[in-house]
Amino acid sequence: MSDRNDLTRRRVIKSGAVAAAGAAATPYFFSRAFADGHGYRNAPKGDTVTLGFNVPQTGAYADEGADELRAYELAVEHLNGEGDGGMLNTFSSKALKGNGVLGKKVDFVTGDTQTKSDAARASAKRMIENDGAIMITGGSSSGVAIAVQGLCQEAGVIFMAGLTHSNDTTGKDKRANGFRHFFNTEMTGAALAPVLKNAFGSDRNAYHLTADYTWGWSQEGSIQKYTEELGWNTTAAVRTPLGAGDFSSFITPVLDSGADVLVLNHYGKDMVNSLTQAVQFGLRDKQVNGKDFQIVVPLFSRLMAQGAGESIKGIYGSTNWNWSLKDEGSQAFVKSFGTKYGFPPSQAAHTCYSQVLLYADAAERAGTFMPSELGKSLEGFEFDGLGNGPVLYRAEDHQCFKDVLVVQGAQNPQSKFDLLEVVEVTPRSQVEYAPELLGGELGPYNNG
Amino acid sequence: MDALFLQVLNGLDKGGAYALIALGLTLVFGTLGVVNFAHGALFMFGAFCAVSLERIFSTSYVTISETEKDFLGNPLKVDVPYIQEWFGSGTANFLQDYSVPLSILLAIVVMGFVGVVMERGLIKHFYKRPHADQILVTFGLAIVLAEIVRHYYGANPIPQQAPEIVAGAANVGNWFGLGDNVVYPWWRLVYFVFSLIVIGAVFAFLQFTTFGMVVRAGMQDRETVGLLGINIEKRFTIVFALAAIVAGVAGAMYTPIYPPDYNLGMEFLVLSFVVVVVGGMGSLGGAVLAGFLLGILQSFASMNEVKSILPALDQVIIYLVAVIILLTLPRGLLGRQGVMED
Repeated sequence: MSDRNDLTRRRVIKSGAVAAAGAAATPYFFSRAFADGHGYRNAPKGDTVTLGFNVPQTGAYADEGADELRAYELAVEHLNGEGDGGMLNTFSSKALKGNGVLGKKVDFVTGDTQTKSDAARASAKRMIENDGAIMITGGSSSGVAIAVQGLCQEAGVIFMAGLTHSNDTTGKDKRANGFRHFFNTEMTGAALAPVLKNAFGSDRNAYHLTADYTWGWSQEGSIQKYTEELGWNTTAAVRTPLGAGDFSSFITPVLDSGADVLVLNHYGKDMVNSLTQAVQFGLRDKQVNGKDFQIVVPLFSRLMAQGAGESIKGIYGSTNWNWSLKDEGSQAFVKSFGTKYGFPPSQAAHTCYSQVLLYADAAERAGTFMPSELGKSLEGFEFDGLGNGPVLYRAEDHQCFKDVLVVQGAQNPQSKFDLLEVVEVTPRSQVEYAPELLGGELGPYNNG
Repeated sequence: MDALFLQVLNGLDKGGAYALIALGLTLVFGTLGVVNFAHGALFMFGAFCAVSLERIFSTSYVTISETEKDFLGNPLKVDVPYIQEWFGSGTANFLQDYSVPLSILLAIVVMGFVGVVMERGLIKHFYKRPHADQILVTFGLAIVLAEIVRHYYGANPIPQQAPEIVAGAANVGNWFGLGDNVVYPWWRLVYFVFSLIVIGAVFAFLQFTTFGMVVRAGMQDRETVGLLGINIEKRFTIVFALAAIVAGVAGAMYTPIYPPDYNLGMEFLVLSFVVVVVGGMGSLGGAVLAGFLLGILQSFASMNEVKSILPALDQVIIYLVAVIILLTLPRGLLGRQGVMED
């Protein structure tokens, strides 16, 4: 009796295990079978191709996320031949004709990264597995970008990074399926440090407040490296939790630290809060070591400048792109975006718009959406007309190289959008570095 | 010395917020016996009273400028606030500049109303129910209130400005004979003083009015008060509304320090419950004392010198202190035997 019972239980357990394994493996087998049938994951079946826009709709970087989504919608319009065409008209590559991509109308789905790696991976996974997204793009955090890039590599789709500035995205965590248009902290350090030396001298003591995640660490390291090379001393580097809100307990120690420069390695709402509170604590009115106290925000955006209001005036930083640029591509994009939404685009919007055009163009030139073939057509690709002058998508690390803008908060803004003044356009040659400097391996492409 | 003094100041403004929330929480728990998990949401609602008033003052109509151009070269659309049209630019600028302190008036009205509706509509049905039921229903209510705010105001924090006159920093060091490095933002000092005034007003109300005497008696021993022929339940609505008003004005005045979003209440709720427990269940003085004490300890724990020895201590210090105090003083700092104990 006992044996019969054991046997029965075993059978039940075995049957259950087989059923569970089968149920769990079904989507995998389906997707693999689907991939095998077409040679790559989520190959478009009908007359549309679906892109996945994964942006922070909530959380500390939600403003950037909202602007990214606007830019994506505009890019999709232009790819499908609607609107005025924007930067399709100025892009040096003429593969795109405004009739979709490879004859297919462009459609899209969206996800909310919540500026959290796990939420971002979950929404990207949902778009790939449930919605059939062939490419994932977006994000305003390097932590999120690295997490989603890894997921896209495993899933076998292309990841066109949004706003991600950490060296690691195309450094130690780079992946073959991932591509970054945005600049990185290494380039910011190389461009910004000489300007800081000219403005504030070489005898300075810097105190860093740093967002405690991959981008903050990377930014802190790069600014330290380049300012110390020019003679600055680093008094302290303190990590702050992402989304801290109240930075008072981090700012008060700066007051009697002996530092005469505060470097805020913060972005989005964190930067708005920390800068506003630093100004409330009277740091910009202080004199230390016989010098005026200075605040530096290495990575700027107009949206942040808007949030920080008066506090931003005169503060130095760097940016990937600014709407005030006078080149043909930038002007075309500002006109399209401004006409549709009533205000100029942010650097996040510009990068995301460019990434969609670059992906679509690469697909047209490759003649396929297959990640390995499409990726190769992006590697070593040189282009112009997308608003940053001549740009190279470097083959070795999938990082874009272009001129870097060093900016300063406008002292006398002419309008509510005129918040950043470009003080120097640092040439691409000055910010280029050897691919092996930041480590990592691209590895092989994964087609799913 | 300067650094320690500054951390005490940091702790006082944070502690002021904790104390004000915990005060209302204790009042409701002490008198009504209700564990109100929606109390943090009332703090958040108050913060959004400030946001709403600022939006009301900014409501504008659009005129087209004949001389200025926008970023696309089109005639510039200029927003003109209605209050500027109605009252002139001097009054309009004043109202917009002082929207946060003025929002206290709005918060008193709105939060009083919300308190009455909450108590009459929902909470009174749960007086005799187990605490687990009360926690479930008030926690659910907190989520509903947060989602309502999210629906109308979005998910992002909305920064509010303190009046220009208190926008800078006070040289506190000079007041106390310390160094020039001891400066502190005026608005944070204002908030600390404001919290003391509200706490003093609540204590005076409870100490020097007949209503307050009955409430205090009810907190000590509800059954005996009932035997004396006093129907304390009639006063519950007012007590609940008072707690909601205290949380609301605390939230409204906190907005220049911490830009509010829909989740603000949840961020403060757990900490405030810890404050209540550490202070002693049902003890108003204990709630205030614990609020300031834990605020200051949290500030000290975030000092670089402390974090270099014990990283991330600032994230857990409140809970560590709560464990230590409850192990040594099981009724909390000022909790007395027999109070809130069956």
